[in-house]
Amino acid sequence: MQVSSAGDKFITEHDLNKITDTLKSKDINYKSANLSNRRILIRFDNNASQLSAKDLLKTSLGRNYVVALNLAPSVPLWLSNLGGKAMSLGLDLRGGVHFLLEVDMHAVMIMSIDKYYNELRTLLRVDRLYKSIKKEGKGITIRLKTADSRNKVLKIIKSELSDLIILETSNQDDLLVHLVVSDDAQEDGKKNALKQNITTLRNRVNELGVAEPIIQQQGLERIVVQLPGVQDTARAKEILGAVATLEFKLVDEENDPQVAIQSGRVPIGSKLYYFKDGRPLLLKNRIITTGENITGAVSGVDQGSSTPMVNITLDNVGGRAMLNTTKKYLHHRMAVVFIENKVETIAKNNKIVKKRTTTKDIINAATIQGTFSSRFQITGIGSGREARNLALLLRAGSLSAPIEIIEERTIGPSLGADNIEKGILSVITGFILVLIFMAMRYRVFGMVANIALTLNLVMIIAALSLLQATLTLPGIAGIVLTVGMAVDANVLIFERIKEELGLNSNIQKAIASGYDKAF
Amino acid sequence: MKALNVSKIDFIGRRIYAIIFSLLLIFISIFSLSTNGLKFGIDFTGGTLLEVSYQKNIDLTDVRSALSEAKFKGINVQYFGSTKEILIRLEPQSISSAELSSKIIRLLGDDVDIRRVEFVGPKVGEELTNNGGLAMLYALIGILIYVAFRFEYRFALGSISALIHDVIITLGIFSILQIEFNLTVLAAILAVIGYSLNDTIVVFDRIRENFLSTRHTDSKKIINGALNQTLSRTIMTSVTTLLVLLALFFLGGEIIHSFALALLVGVVIGTYSSIYVASSMILALGISKEDLLPSEKEEREIDNRP
Repeated sequence: MQVSSAGDKFITEHDLNKITDTLKSKDINYKSANLSNRRILIRFDNNASQLSAKDLLKTSLGRNYVVALNLAPSVPLWLSNLGGKAMSLGLDLRGGVHFLLEVDMHAVMIMSIDKYYNELRTLLRVDRLYKSIKKEGKGITIRLKTADSRNKVLKIIKSELSDLIILETSNQDDLLVHLVVSDDAQEDGKKNALKQNITTLRNRVNELGVAEPIIQQQGLERIVVQLPGVQDTARAKEILGAVATLEFKLVDEENDPQVAIQSGRVPIGSKLYYFKDGRPLLLKNRIITTGENITGAVSGVDQGSSTPMVNITLDNVGGRAMLNTTKKYLHHRMAVVFIENKVETIAKNNKIVKKRTTTKDIINAATIQGTFSSRFQITGIGSGREARNLALLLRAGSLSAPIEIIEERTIGPSLGADNIEKGILSVITGFILVLIFMAMRYRVFGMVANIALTLNLVMIIAALSLLQATLTLPGIAGIVLTVGMAVDANVLIFERIKEELGLNSNIQKAIASGYDKAF
Repeated sequence: MKALNVSKIDFIGRRIYAIIFSLLLIFISIFSLSTNGLKFGIDFTGGTLLEVSYQKNIDLTDVRSALSEAKFKGINVQYFGSTKEILIRLEPQSISSAELSSKIIRLLGDDVDIRRVEFVGPKVGEELTNNGGLAMLYALIGILIYVAFRFEYRFALGSISALIHDVIITLGIFSILQIEFNLTVLAAILAVIGYSLNDTIVVFDRIRENFLSTRHTDSKKIINGALNQTLSRTIMTSVTTLLVLLALFFLGGEIIHSFALALLVGVVIGTYSSIYVASSMILALGISKEDLLPSEKEEREIDNRP
């Protein structure tokens, strides 16, 4: 198990003493505890004491430390001095979670069209060149005011937005311009989305405090995440899969949300949002800033109301926008909107469908009491756990596209230990059975074959260890099988030698021709 | 054991019984596969699987009623290894996806130890099924080409028919016994293909050697001789392989159980098929000494090059 600092503070000898005292006071046995590379490594004999120690230390040390379970290798010193490393074990042997995540590429495409749509509007708005711009399926359609502006619009698009392809229409005087995103740009968008998601996932996993995680791309739209030692899969899933971001918006004070609901007409420039408890509120469409501009987020408890809160730090861009807004709209209300995208594949009427949901909840809406820029806090969060998760997600950055868990495999630590034990037992048993059988059947030759077989087994394990290949349960089964089949070549040659011995009595000659012919 | 070496069993003469026996097995297998089908694991169907262990013995009906009360559909609960451990399988649900496992864990209470959770999305399951089928097909095609290249097309057809024979019967046994067919079983069947091919090639090698070294022209006698000469080797290797597989079957734990079973069945059938099926097949296809002569010449030439 390893303990490291969550903040800027360094771990010291003092912390080490504190930890060992805590462990001793609760009668938890540990093998050793030492400080190196600014982290404390505590070794335990078994998983049970490791787990109870983790719970104990997590509560006693508090939030400023990251306590992570770790399977540290117990390679003897002389071997590690020679460069020897412990064999890396697969999740089915050491316990942990394996996730296969799929990035929702449909959403990526829609987002990229949104992006181009917004850029087009800003570009063309300057000269008021268009009558309307519409998103249509995989493309964008611009309706022009006059046919004369057509060339001007096309020129702007060609020079500024080269990723868009203009679909030629037969009629030159047509007032419509059809645009689609080029295949290359779409591919790039997908690649970037995948890359960004991997980065974000890595950040999130680091925040979770998992030692030796594996996060890898698989194919074009999938990501493998392996978290050794993690048992709380519910939290892991909550954190990994969440596509959450924040938007800060001003409250529309002039209009009454109740009226909007009853009339079914929302005032232009505003949109209807709901609190988690169902209260409606009208918010202005303009976004002051979003979660992307957040550089720091720490959860805590508000001194005044003693409710959970999150302390936010914004970057320069976000800070400036916030400063301008708070100056201009002092004593107005500002709302924090929590946006979550989810995608799930479910079986419905025997058909596999993708279900996409977006929830937008107002976390709170408070009056701006004074001007502020890059540092402020959000209150009104339901529980401490929610505040912690929100802070973590904001810190680690948001996923650029929704992801879905399409495969999950969790192996508990007890099963992992069982698998190792049973695997080794069956390798040894199988090995011994073959040794005995060969010795009985072929006597001296059998002993030679047995030496070869032993060397074979040692070399397989050595090669696996040298390549740092991951040993899994099927891998062990493969080794067992190899033991059984490796003697085949020996058997082939020996049988041939026996046969040759029957034909002529010269042993030397029989062995020579036995080898020769068996090859 | 000495008796084995000088054995003069008339395999070819009795091949008619073997053919009837094989055809019967294949017929039963195909019949069972088409009526019962295979009991695919969640690797292929998609769904959720949980292995949990309790401190004390647990009654399956309690777990079942608790789960069906919570409106989960397609539930299958069974003991796994002992009465303290249970395996819960669920079909893909309409209400939720990956969160399903967390819900069930909450439902089962605190005194359980979660040993294993597997969730496979329906799309992944479909892909694995397709890829698994393709893997087997590619393996067979690769073998066909390789053997045709190394020996002759009749040998290739002989070995392929032996392999298909092995695969169908192994699958048939999984279908008859309704043992779960998952990814590890698929891997085992691919290993069986490799094993059975190895056996067949050793026999074929000897058949070719005998065809060329004797002046006999009676194909039946030559093939029978080759089978007898390789018999003790074939059986020896099978015995050592079966020894380790038995160790794996009894000691390797529940997860590896079906893998070991598939190999046990496959090795037995594979050994039988390389003696009877493959050689009967090349005989039926009419192999003769002349067919093998030119390829041998070429090989000699290559061997003699410095």
